Amino acid sequence: MSSTPPEQAAPTLSQEAGHSVLTLPEHILEVLSDSGEGAQKCGQSFGAVSAKMGNGAWTVEIIPAEIQPPPRTPDGASGVRIRIGTQKITNWGNRTKLAIAFNDQVLLSRHRLNALADDAIILLDQAPENHDNPQVRQEWIEALEELSSRNYRLIKVPLEEECLKIVDNPRQGKNMFALGMLSWVYLRDLERVKEQIAHQFRHKAKAVYERNVRLLEAGVSWAEQNLDFRFDIPTTTPDEDMVVMNGNTALGLGAMAAGLEMCSMYPITPATSVSHFLSESFDRLGGMVHQAEDEIAAIGVALGASFAGKVAFTVTSGPGLALKTEFIGLAVMTETPLVIVDVQRGGPSTGLPTKVEQSDLLAAVFGQPGDCPKVVLAPSTIEECFHCMITARRIAETFRCVVMVMSDANLATGQQPFKRPTLDPRWQSVQPDLSEVPVGTEPLQWDPETGLSPRLIPGQPGGMFTATGLAHNEGSHIRSDPENNQRTMELRSRKLAVLQSTLKPPVVVGPEHADLLVVGWGSTRGAIEEAIEKGQQEGLSVAALNLTFLSPLQPGLGEIFENYKKVMTVEINYSDELDQPYINAENRRRGQLAWLLRATTLVDVDCWTRVFGQPLCPGDILDVIRGKLAAGGQS
Amino acid sequence: MSENCGTLMGCGVEDERSFSMDDYSGPLARWCPGCGDHAVLAGVQRLLAKEQLKPERTVFVSGIGCSSRFPHYVDTYGFHGIHGRALPIATGIKLARPDLDVFAVMGDGDCCSIGAGHWIHAIRYNINMTVLLLDNNIYGLTKKQTSPTTPQGFASNTQPRGSFLPALDPIQTTLGVTNASFVAQTADWVPSHLAQTLEAAHAHPGFAFVRILQRCPVFTPTIFEEAAMNTDLTELLEHENGVTDEALKGVYPHTLYHDPTDIQEARRLAESSSKVRLGVFYADPGHARYEELRAVPKRTAEEKIALLNAEIDRYAV
Ligand SMILES: Cc1ncc(C[n+]2csc(CCOP(=O)(O)OP(=O)(O)O)c2C)c(N)n1
Ligand SMILES: [Mg+2]
Repeated sequence: MSSTPPEQAAPTLSQEAGHSVLTLPEHILEVLSDSGEGAQKCGQSFGAVSAKMGNGAWTVEIIPAEIQPPPRTPDGASGVRIRIGTQKITNWGNRTKLAIAFNDQVLLSRHRLNALADDAIILLDQAPENHDNPQVRQEWIEALEELSSRNYRLIKVPLEEECLKIVDNPRQGKNMFALGMLSWVYLRDLERVKEQIAHQFRHKAKAVYERNVRLLEAGVSWAEQNLDFRFDIPTTTPDEDMVVMNGNTALGLGAMAAGLEMCSMYPITPATSVSHFLSESFDRLGGMVHQAEDEIAAIGVALGASFAGKVAFTVTSGPGLALKTEFIGLAVMTETPLVIVDVQRGGPSTGLPTKVEQSDLLAAVFGQPGDCPKVVLAPSTIEECFHCMITARRIAETFRCVVMVMSDANLATGQQPFKRPTLDPRWQSVQPDLSEVPVGTEPLQWDPETGLSPRLIPGQPGGMFTATGLAHNEGSHIRSDPENNQRTMELRSRKLAVLQSTLKPPVVVGPEHADLLVVGWGSTRGAIEEAIEKGQQEGLSVAALNLTFLSPLQPGLGEIFENYKKVMTVEINYSDELDQPYINAENRRRGQLAWLLRATTLVDVDCWTRVFGQPLCPGDILDVIRGKLAAGGQS
Repeated sequence: MSENCGTLMGCGVEDERSFSMDDYSGPLARWCPGCGDHAVLAGVQRLLAKEQLKPERTVFVSGIGCSSRFPHYVDTYGFHGIHGRALPIATGIKLARPDLDVFAVMGDGDCCSIGAGHWIHAIRYNINMTVLLLDNNIYGLTKKQTSPTTPQGFASNTQPRGSFLPALDPIQTTLGVTNASFVAQTADWVPSHLAQTLEAAHAHPGFAFVRILQRCPVFTPTIFEEAAMNTDLTELLEHENGVTDEALKGVYPHTLYHDPTDIQEARRLAESSSKVRLGVFYADPGHARYEELRAVPKRTAEEKIALLNAEIDRYAV
C-alpha cells in the first residue's frame, strides 16, 4: 500500500476561549482498547451523536475474534474508526488523524497496519509507563521507540488515573472519559451525548447512568484544561428527516417493514446482531425470532413456515451458508419463497470471523449441487440494507423463489445516517388467502412463458398437494421422464430472465465513455466512488459502476462495457496476481464478480482484490486506478 | 388434537362434509409387497377417517427414504423434504400455523442418524404434532446399509460381517430427553394396536413420538420374524390413559398394567430387553409446548407500521 495525498482540506483557524479551533470538512478518528473496555460503545456513541447533530458519518468496528483476548496485545486490539464530515460520508477513508488508545500495544496494531496518518494526533493512556510490572514498562519503552518512526504527535493522558477518581475498575470507565475528551475536541453537543448514554444504559439502574455522566464530564474538563486543539466539522441541518443505525439494525427493521414474520437463525458472527435487534421487538409486531438447534434446522424451520403461508427468512454467514445448501436446493425445487441474508465474513472455513470479506458471491450464485437458479442481490449502503429486505420479500413471493441478500461485516456494524424511510402498508405481506381452490388448479401451474405460478397454502380446500424435492410435474407428482425434467429446469431458470426483464440497466457514476470502468458490488461502493471522484479531479478518465443484482445480473452490461477501454472489478475477495510465481493469464484465479462478468459479457474484465480483513481505502483504489491507466494498451 | 385456529380465514365454518378412508387415499403406494409401510398407511388413513380430519388442514411432512414417500400417498397437504430434516420443516409449519394438524413421518436412518440432532431438539420443543418413526432397522431406499437401530451382528452391505455396535434404542433415547411428553411403541403386524396407538398419539397435546416396528421383507425379513410370529415374546403395556385392547389380550399372553405418567417406570421398562413391549411408555400432557410459549399477537399492517415507526424513532437524527 502506498501513501495517499492528505485529505483535501481548507482548514481555517479560529480562537475560542483560548483554544484554537480548526475548521475542517472532515476528520477520521479511532478509539482503541483491549477487548471489554468499551472502545466500540464509545466510538459508536460518538458516531451516532455526530450523525444526529448533522454530520455525515461512517463507522467501522475493529473486532478481535475472541471475547477476551489477552490484554495488551496488538492482535487483541478492539476499537472503532469514525469518519465524520460536513457532507455525506460513504466509507472509512484512508488514514486516521486522531486516535485515543487505552494502551501502547493496541496502538501498535494500528500503527503496524499503516492505519494512522503520519501527522496523526495520538492520545495515549500513560498508565503503562510507570506500571508495577517491569515487563509492561519495558514494552512501553519499546512501543514508543517503534512509534517514533512516524511524525505522530503523541500526547500522554492520565486516563486510568483520572477514571480511578470516579470508579474502582477503570476498565469500565475509560471509554466514557474518552467520549468526554472527544466531545470537547469535536465540539459535540453534550446534551445529545448524555441522551445517547441514557439510551445505552436504559436497562440499567439510574446510578449507572449517573456514574457514566460523571466520567464523561471529567473527560470534558480534562480535555479543556490540557489540550490545545479543537476540531470543528461543521454540521448541516438536513432538509429531510434522517435516521442513523448500523446495517444489521437496518436489515432487521427492513425485514419488519417488509412484512417478514419469522427470522429463524443460528448464532454466527457477524450476522447474529440482526437477531439480537429483532429479539427485542419482533414479537410485539406479531413476528418471531426462532433460534434453531443448528444452521440446517434454522433454514428448515424458515422453509416450513414459508410453505405454511408466511414468508420467513434466515440470517447467516459463510459457514452457516455452507450448511444450508441442501435446503436451498429444496426451496428452489419446491418453489417455496425464502429470503436468506448472508452477512459475509472472512473465509474459507472459520477464516476471519469478525472481519469483512466478499467471498461468498459465487457460493451464493452457484454453490448448491444441481441447477439452482435463485436471486442474489447486495445492498451497498446502510440505507439499502433496509430497503433491500422489502425488495427481497416481494421478489421471493412473486417469483416463488429463493432470494439471497449479501451484506458483509463492514455494513453490519457500520453506522451511517440516511433518509428516514416512509413506511408503506403495501410493503407488508398480505395474510394468506385460504379460500377454496377451483377444481383443476395445480400446485405448480406454471405459465409456459414465464414459469410463474400462484402459490397454494395449506388450509385451502381442494388444493392438497405434496411439495417434493424429487423431480415433479405441475401436480407436484414425482416424475423422472427426460422431457419433464428438461422442461421444469427451463421453467425454474426462466423466472430469472423474467425478473431481469423488469430491471433497469445499472447507472454509471462518472463519464459515459472513458478509459477505465471500475465495477464493484456491495459495501465497497462508497470507497470506489470516492476514488474515481478524486481520480477525475486529477484528470483521470475513469468511471464506476455498482451492481445491486448479481443473479440475474442487471441488463445492458455488455453495452455499458463497450464504452470503456478497460473494465476491472475491485472486490474484497481473493485473486491471483500475474506477477506471482506460476500464475499466468490462463490459470489466474480472479475476483468473484470478475469471473461472473467475464462469463456473461465475454469482456476481458480484470480485477484488483484484497483480503486484508478490512474495508478498502479510497486512496488505495485510486493508486490501482492510476496504475491501471498508466499500464497502457494491455487490458 | 382439536386446535382452535386463530384468526385465519376458513376456520370455524360449519362443515357438512364427511370423509371415508378413501377420501384420504392418494395414488397407489409403490412400496414393495409385504412392506410394513403399507400397514402404517392403512392405520393412518383409518385414524384420519375416524377423527374426520379436514384434508386441507392436515399436513404430512417427511424426510427421504422408502418410508418418507408417505405424504405422496395421503390426500392431504404434504411436504416430502430432505433426508433427516422432516422435523425442522414440521416445526416451521407449526410455528407459522398452529391451526394445522401436522404429522411427521421418518425412517430410522432419517430420524436416528442424519436427523438425530433435530430429533432431540424437537422432543424438547414439544410442539403439538404426531411423529411416526417407521423403524425397519435398515436403510431401505439406499439398499441395505446399517442403520443406528440395526441389531448388533446383523450383516448389511456396509457391515457385511455384522453390525459392530449395539443398536440404539429410540424409545430409551426419547425418554431420556428433557421435556419428552409422549413415547409409544407399536408394530405394523398388529393393526388394532397400531390404530389405538396412533389415536392416543394424535390425541396427545404435544410431541407424540411413536416408534413403529416395521418389517422390510427385502432387506430385513428375519429381524422381526420371531417377534411377529411368537406372541409369547411380546408384552402389552396396558392403561386406560394409553392403549387397552381386550381382543388383543386373547392373543398376547403377557400384559402389563403400566401408568404412563410414571417416567421412571417407563425408562426401566424401555431398558429391560426381556420382551418386545408395545403400548404407551410415557404420556403427560402437562409439559411446556414451544408453539404456545411463542404465540404472538396478530397485527394488521397499519398496527405494524405504527409500532415500527415508534421503533425507528429511536434512531432518529
Ligand atoms: C443428505 C443425504 N444423504 C444421503 C442420502 C441417501 N439416502 C436416502 S434414504 C437414506 C436412508 C434411508 O433409510 P431410512 O431413513 O431408514 O428409511 P427407509 O428407506 O428404511 O424407510 C439415505 C442414506 C440422501 N438422500 N441425502
Ligand atoms: Mg429404515
